[in-house]
Amino acid sequence: MFKLTKKLQTIGFAMVAIGLLALAYGFIAGLGGDRIIANLHLNGFYFMSLGLIGMFFVAVHAIAESGWQVSMQRVGEAMSYFIPVGGIIMLLVFLFGGMHHLFEWTDEAHLDRILLGKVAYLNQPFFYIRFAVFFAGWILLAWMIRKTSRELDINGDKKYFNKLRKYSAFYVVFLAITSVISSWDWLMSIDAHWFSTLYGWYVFSSMLVTGFSVIVIFTFVLKKMGYMQHVNDEHIHDMAKYMFGLSIFWAYLWFSQYMLIWYANIPEETIYFYERLKYFDTIFYMNLIVNFAIPFLLLMTRNSKRVFWVVVPVAVIIFIGHWIDLYQLIMPGAVGHEAAGIGFLEIGLTIGFIGLFMLVTFYGLSKAPLVPKNHPFYEESLHYHTNY
Amino acid sequence: MNNSYITAYYYDEEELLEGIRQIKEKGVEILDVMTPFPVHGLDKAIGLRRSRLTRVAFWGGTIGALIGFLFQAWVFTQAYVINFGGKPFFAVPSFMPVTFEMAVLFSAFSMVLAFLIYFKLGPGAKPIIYDERSTDDRFLLIVKAGDADETKNIEKALSQAGAEGIKHKA
Repeated sequence: MFKLTKKLQTIGFAMVAIGLLALAYGFIAGLGGDRIIANLHLNGFYFMSLGLIGMFFVAVHAIAESGWQVSMQRVGEAMSYFIPVGGIIMLLVFLFGGMHHLFEWTDEAHLDRILLGKVAYLNQPFFYIRFAVFFAGWILLAWMIRKTSRELDINGDKKYFNKLRKYSAFYVVFLAITSVISSWDWLMSIDAHWFSTLYGWYVFSSMLVTGFSVIVIFTFVLKKMGYMQHVNDEHIHDMAKYMFGLSIFWAYLWFSQYMLIWYANIPEETIYFYERLKYFDTIFYMNLIVNFAIPFLLLMTRNSKRVFWVVVPVAVIIFIGHWIDLYQLIMPGAVGHEAAGIGFLEIGLTIGFIGLFMLVTFYGLSKAPLVPKNHPFYEESLHYHTNY
Repeated sequence: MNNSYITAYYYDEEELLEGIRQIKEKGVEILDVMTPFPVHGLDKAIGLRRSRLTRVAFWGGTIGALIGFLFQAWVFTQAYVINFGGKPFFAVPSFMPVTFEMAVLFSAFSMVLAFLIYFKLGPGAKPIIYDERSTDDRFLLIVKAGDADETKNIEKALSQAGAEGIKHKA
């Protein structure tokens, strides 16, 4: 059983304190409401999505009746405890200034023709209703999957396994639809004059690869603390395969969105990339190098996927890289090139959120046995052999 | 197979793996194993080293990507310089799909060709049937034979390990 020790709590709270300090710095240094709100929104969304993907890891493998992931399943379940925490933070951001700082379509007095055309969808009441529906569904389904998973561990009865698959199926379908729609609401509408039909899946693939990488990071940290000794090279090999393949998938979606807009050369669409290439070019190219080139090159060989000291640093790089990805999705539209930057506010606030996410996930890990001994596939996951 | 060899077969994969374990203890050198379906753990049991096809795939893909990219660069900046809707002549985004496909193509083709060449399976290749029952449902073991005495010992070791249909091909 995992124990959330005083030492871990201290580290977590110290990181949260750094975050609050960074926030205070943002106000005192006069960095502007746009930038502060955008950072809170970025981090709230980022870590909330990691919680969603943690549960997605459990759900999608339960549906496939796969066995190997059982060794790491509890980490994914624990990450999902952050979904309501992230939701509360996002809601507070929206209620206290977020709507006007982030979204230009909330400025009802100055809606131009394009925004008026979208007003049936982009209006605040509908926005909040969707918000409520998303989080109600996510929190409820994640809770039911966690409950069923724990019941399955207590008595290993096959009927709980079937229930787990049923709730997992609901979760996966619900997440597929709502993650796309929520990305329109919370990210794409920041640049409300623009749209891309690939956007929802692009954001989802970004969160997917990061979520799986964070599961690897937590597993490594737990192993270093002496837990999860049953997780072996075979499991890490498969997680690294995910990191490698999903990074390529993300790059594929990035390029699909970019190339089509580049080729058609329609000003209404290209303005989005023009802004980023002109004012955020370093971030824009770093996004590609960190999220595609590095995982692609470092995780290509079979051996590299089986050693922790390659896989875990790449997982951390992916985690940082997709934060950068979200940065170039949010900041150009929400803050603009003159006010945006990466300084103590950004880094400190992210550290604060990492601390909070860590505390919530460790709390979640302490609520159920780390080793699901009665899960029907537990034995299989111990003797698992992956080949290539 | 230039040297002489001995063939033997098993009825199922559990016996095969166990038999392989036993004869390897006796120091018999395994030349090949033929199974009706892939057997989990067989590669490790016979000590098969990692395939070099992966290296062929990597270099095939790299060469394909380079050829694809450089050819497009030459065509659109030197040979057939055409203004497509105001796009630059050296248009990296529009070169990417073809570059990617060429990488995949060259990688796949070079793997297939390397395989066919290495196993001498070109046109006109005659199939080598070591034992007809391997074309049906037996798990065939092919081990290296030596001189007359060694061969007898190996055959004895094989039958002790449960193999059947032991034949010697000089």
